[in-house]
Amino acid sequence: MDTTFLLAAAIKIGVFIGITLTFVSICVIFERRFSAVIQDRVGPNRTMIPLTILGFKKDLALPIGGLTQPVADGLKFILKEDFTPSYVRKFFFWIAPALVVVPALLTMAVIPFGSPMEFGDTFIPMAVADLNVGPLFIFAIASLSVYGITLAGWASNSKYPFFGGVRSCAQMISYEIALGLSIIPVLMMFGTLNLGHIVEYQAANGWLLIPVWGEGLSLERWLMLIPLGISFVIFTTSIFAETNRMPFDLPECETELVGGYHTEYSSMKFALFFMGEYAAMVVGSALIVTLFFGGWSIGFGIDGLLPTGAWWVSLLHIGCFLTKVTVFILFFILVRWTVPRFRYDQLMNLGWIVFFEAALINVFLAALVIAYPSIGAGGFAVGLAALIVVSALLIKIAKGATEKPDAQAV
Amino acid sequence: MATIKVERPKLSVGEKIYFGAIFKGMIITLRHAFRSLFGKSVGADDFNSSGMGITMQYPEQKWDDQLPEYYRGVPALVTDEQDRERCVSCQLCEFICPPKAIKIIPGEIPSDDEWAKVEKRPKVFDIDMIRCIYCGMCEEVCPEQAIYLRPDYVVTGTTRKDMVHDKDRLYEIGGKRIGLVNKWNDLK
Repeated sequence: MDTTFLLAAAIKIGVFIGITLTFVSICVIFERRFSAVIQDRVGPNRTMIPLTILGFKKDLALPIGGLTQPVADGLKFILKEDFTPSYVRKFFFWIAPALVVVPALLTMAVIPFGSPMEFGDTFIPMAVADLNVGPLFIFAIASLSVYGITLAGWASNSKYPFFGGVRSCAQMISYEIALGLSIIPVLMMFGTLNLGHIVEYQAANGWLLIPVWGEGLSLERWLMLIPLGISFVIFTTSIFAETNRMPFDLPECETELVGGYHTEYSSMKFALFFMGEYAAMVVGSALIVTLFFGGWSIGFGIDGLLPTGAWWVSLLHIGCFLTKVTVFILFFILVRWTVPRFRYDQLMNLGWIVFFEAALINVFLAALVIAYPSIGAGGFAVGLAALIVVSALLIKIAKGATEKPDAQAV
Repeated sequence: MATIKVERPKLSVGEKIYFGAIFKGMIITLRHAFRSLFGKSVGADDFNSSGMGITMQYPEQKWDDQLPEYYRGVPALVTDEQDRERCVSCQLCEFICPPKAIKIIPGEIPSDDEWAKVEKRPKVFDIDMIRCIYCGMCEEVCPEQAIYLRPDYVVTGTTRKDMVHDKDRLYEIGGKRIGLVNKWNDLK
C-alpha cells in the first residue's frame, strides 16, 4: 500500500461518484425533456436561479434550457416534509432507501472510465477497483438492491407497497439468470473477467458488436456476431428489468399499485429510491457500453495512434466513455416512452421461458463458433445438428409450460 | 341468442418475435421527437407553437387576438365621453354579485361640482378579484352601463391586497367609453 495508490484511489472514488451522481441528475433532466419532445411538448425549460430569495431584484435566467431543473427537483425533495407513517416498521423503513442507492453506487467501482494514466513510473487504472472479476462483482452487488425494494415494500406495512416488493423480488430473480447467462458468450470470447482488459482488447481489435478493425475483420469474429447479437438483446432487456425501468416497472406500476414499493415514502427517502433507479440505469448503460461497445475506446483504430498513458488521452477516453453512456441513457429513455408495460405473467414468461432458454442455447452456439477452427467443418456440422435437436426439445418444453390447462377439462 | 366466441388474433412468427413492433414504435417516437425539436410537429401552426412541439409558451406568447367577442374577463368601470364617472353607486351590482366580491361605499357629489346634478358617485369601489367568478351579472344589472367585463384576463398579485381592484385601478382598466354604449351593441 503505497501513498500514490491510496491517494489515487481516494481521488478516483470522489471523482467517479461525483460523475455518477451528476449523471443521475442529467438523467432526470434528459428524461423530462426527451419525453416532452416525444410527446410534442416543451418540457421544463425555464428554471432560473432564484436570486430574488437572496434579496436581489430579478431572478437570473441563463440560456441553458432548464438545466438547473434537477437542482430545483432536489431542493424540492429536501425541503418537503419527511413523513413516516405511524404503522411502519421503523428500522427497515429507514434503512430500505439506503439499501437501494448503495449497491447502485458500489457497482460503479469496477467500471473502467478511461485508459490507464501514467503517473511517475506506474500506470493508474481509471477504475476505482481494477478487479479481475468485474462483471461478477457487478451482478453480485447489483442484485443486493432488491433487498432495499423488498424491505421497503414489507416495512411499509401496507398492501400495495407489499405487492410491489414481492413483484420486484420475483422479477429480479427471474432476470438475474438471463442476465448472467447472456454474457457468458461475451466472456468466452474475451477469456477474461477483467473489464479493463476487455476494453483494451476491444480498442485494439474492434468493438464487440462493430468489429471493423484489427482482428475484428476475421471471419470468426463476424460469425460470432450472431450469438453476440442475441447476447446483447437479452442482456439489454435484462438490464431494463434489473433497473425496474419502464417496460418492466411492475414493482412501482402506478396504474395498479398506486406507487408500488415507495407509496408510503416521501421527501428525501423517496428521492433516494428515485436516485437508486437512475444510478442503476447509469451503471447498466456503463456496463453495456463496456462489454459491447468498447468502453472508453474511441474505436476505428484511433486508440492505437494515441500515446499510451498521457493524461490528456485518459481524459479524452473518459469523455468518449461518458458520451457513449449518455447515448445509451437516451436509448433507455426512448424505450421507456415507446414500449408499454408488460403484464405480469408476460414478464415472467419472457424471463423464464424465452430469455432463459435463448440464453442457454446461445451459450452453446457461441461455443460452437469459437470451437470451429479446432473441430473443423465436420465437427461443426455435427455440433450444429446436435444443437438444433436440443434447441427444438427446449422450445417444445417451453411451449408446454406456456400452454394453459383446458378450461373444459378442469 | 347465439353465443359469440371472441378468439384472440393469431399472431404470425414476425409478430410473436415482437422486436419489429418495438422498432416501429421507436421510429414513431423518434419522429415525433425530431419533428418537435425543429418545430414541425403536426398541428404546430394551428396551435401557434413556439417552435418546439405544439406548445405555445404562455407569458411570452398569447392568443389575445383569438379571444371571442363575448369573452368575459375582468370587470371594470368606465367613464363617458366627458370623463364623467358613469357609476352612480346604486349598489345593484353589489347586491347581485353572487360571491359578494364587490364593495361600494356611496358618496355624494358636492353641489359645486360640474356633475352635481347626478347627485351620487362611489367613494369606494372595490372588486376582490380572488372572489370574482366572472359571471357578468354586474354588467347585466347595471342601469347606467358603467361596469363592463373587459377582455383582460391576466390578474396577478403576490398578496391578497394586490388582488383587490380599487376604483382607480378599475377606471384604468375600463377607460373611456365614447358614444352611446349599450350592452347589446357591438362596441364593447
